[in-house]
Amino acid sequence: MFLEIKDLSVKIENKNILKGLNLNINKGEVHAIMGPNGSGKSTLANVLAGKEDYEILNGKVNFKDNDLFDLNIEERAQEGLFLAFQYPVEIPGVNITPFLHSAINSKKKRMNEEEIDNLSFAKLLKSKASDLGINIDMLKRSVNTGFSGGEKKRYEILQMSILNPDLAILDETDSGLDIDALKIVTDGVNKLKTKDNSFLIITHYQKLLDYIKPDYVHVMVNGSIVKSGGSEIAAEIEKDGFQKF
Amino acid sequence: MNSETLNTLDTYSKNKYKYGFVTDIDNEKSKKGLNEDTIRFISLKKNEPDWMLEWRLKSYSKWKKMKQPKWANLNFPEINYQDIYYYSAPKGFEKKPKNLSEVDPKLIETYNKLGIPLEEQKVLAGVAVDVVFDSVSVATTYKGELEKLGIIFCSIGEAIQKHPDLIKKYLGSVIPPGDHSFSALNSAVFTDGSFVYIPEGVKCPMELSTYFRINAENTGQFERTLIIADKGSYVSYLEGCTAPKRDDNQLHAANVELIALEDAEIKYSTVQNWYPGDEDGKGGIYNFVTKRGLCAGKNSKISWTQVETGSAITWKYPSCILKGDNSIGEFYSVAITNNFQQADTGTKMTHIGKNTKSKIISKGISLGKSQNTYRGEVSFLRKADKARNYTQCDSLLVGNQCGAHTVPYIDSKNNTAVIEHEASTSKINEDQLYYCRQRGLSHEEAVSLIVNGFCKQVLQELPMEFAVEAQKLVSISLEGSVG
Repeated sequence: MFLEIKDLSVKIENKNILKGLNLNINKGEVHAIMGPNGSGKSTLANVLAGKEDYEILNGKVNFKDNDLFDLNIEERAQEGLFLAFQYPVEIPGVNITPFLHSAINSKKKRMNEEEIDNLSFAKLLKSKASDLGINIDMLKRSVNTGFSGGEKKRYEILQMSILNPDLAILDETDSGLDIDALKIVTDGVNKLKTKDNSFLIITHYQKLLDYIKPDYVHVMVNGSIVKSGGSEIAAEIEKDGFQKF
Repeated sequence: MNSETLNTLDTYSKNKYKYGFVTDIDNEKSKKGLNEDTIRFISLKKNEPDWMLEWRLKSYSKWKKMKQPKWANLNFPEINYQDIYYYSAPKGFEKKPKNLSEVDPKLIETYNKLGIPLEEQKVLAGVAVDVVFDSVSVATTYKGELEKLGIIFCSIGEAIQKHPDLIKKYLGSVIPPGDHSFSALNSAVFTDGSFVYIPEGVKCPMELSTYFRINAENTGQFERTLIIADKGSYVSYLEGCTAPKRDDNQLHAANVELIALEDAEIKYSTVQNWYPGDEDGKGGIYNFVTKRGLCAGKNSKISWTQVETGSAITWKYPSCILKGDNSIGEFYSVAITNNFQQADTGTKMTHIGKNTKSKIISKGISLGKSQNTYRGEVSFLRKADKARNYTQCDSLLVGNQCGAHTVPYIDSKNNTAVIEHEASTSKINEDQLYYCRQRGLSHEEAVSLIVNGFCKQVLQELPMEFAVEAQKLVSISLEGSVG
């Protein structure tokens, strides 16, 4: 099993958010989690990434034969877990090139692979950016600083394609995107998909799933998964909303 | 603030200072304490002419009547001036060695360890260096090459012997000995430092640099630097400093004077990395420095850039007197304080001439239990028509036991003056750290990246050869690891 979440319960500031959640993801699969606001979708993403505000009450998560909770945030990232943020934060003065270069090399270091030099990295970044229709000028700017919502999301996908994760979690990446931006983002995801990596896509709306075809769709309500199935569930939600769950 | 951040802050504060070693070398010292005999001893050791000794003694009598300035936001015990050695030189330094074969190998090794090789072929390409060890200049590189252009680059001691006219004309012309107690003290007991003269119309082809090292115990270093850029000339100058780890505080009181004549430009950069004391606040250098530049001629320009990471106490306000019409003064500063360090630093821009412009960019970063103050004064005198100033002061707090303070004074006697001031204080943001770490950067790397981003505006003003070094130094001051 690639990612195995077993009976996970999590609270934040005395509020129980996740309540005995179970989820299994295999290599090469695309999973979508849908659910109403406040159902705990983003909490799940952040708990997997290792954000420290949460208290784990119960449960286990295995990722690539590691106990995920034994690893800190950066170790999880270096092991190949990537989170595309719902609200990417601005980091003034920090240019994307050295930032991502350090990031990719810290991953290579952990994997005992040879680090990538400046020149090769610059080439890699340029080619990935042009694949995603990202203007070269945007690479000269500071991380997320002064970007529009759409630019930030595209930037997240660029980072994802550079770091080439084993498991990518997309937290409401579609929110605030117009159709054109949505297409660029989803194209990026589809290009990156292989039989060796997996995606966990968190979304509120069904629209995203018109562009990325998930193998499984899960409905999350009140901190646990109440229904799992194929993409027909997404259509059901589109029609009737989350009421009946 | 969450526990991991606090842990990392804790490891940062166990600052490891990599220049803290001591060179075991025989010293020749003056007797402890400050009196006329000490001054005569220094003057004799330096084989100075009578007029220089006179100047020193006059400064000393002024100092005796003065009190230490007290307005800074600094807290430290009274300095006991009688418990300090005012002169210390490696034995056999009555005469400066003519070439490196005459220099004690221990000294050469010291500078190799500090990353400043003295052999010219190994020196950073295109950088000429004067190295000062305690009270004496050890070596000056690339002198011959510079002489061909008429550039004088030597120790101040040598300049007093060989260029008395320039010294008499300019020494103390920007910082009069009686300016305040530290300038009087320095004028009385200064030992070495650098002298630069760039002749009319010459653009100095390489970076000039001085490297200051305090080695001996209980010894003060009183450096004196004088740079004169004649009409239409240009020079870029850089100073660096380190000292061994000791439990006692040591005094460094420097005076630096710059003079830019018509159409001349001086760019002065400092990377200050004196020993800051340990994580309990024990030891470290008391750094009381007076730096002042005079834009004497029309269209002249003086630009100060400083990266201040060391010293237990930093008291330093590199200033510009903008006398010539259309002259420009700039001040770019990064000051990082950690543990119990205290920094009170900033600038003074005095607009005298018409259309004079000044720009101040100050970035203060406080960690641990440190206190970091920006203090600035911008004044416009009556005749400074259409003068302008832009000031930007940003403070970044890391942790919740440190302090950042901004004290800007503005004084305008001319109503055509334009003044802009921006200030901000922010805390290092948990979301930024989370974001960086989610991409695989360690907590320390993330902090260092964010802080370097915060300082970028200033670091990019440094000469290229040193910008990378400075960036590393910023990271080291934060992470406390042996770099």
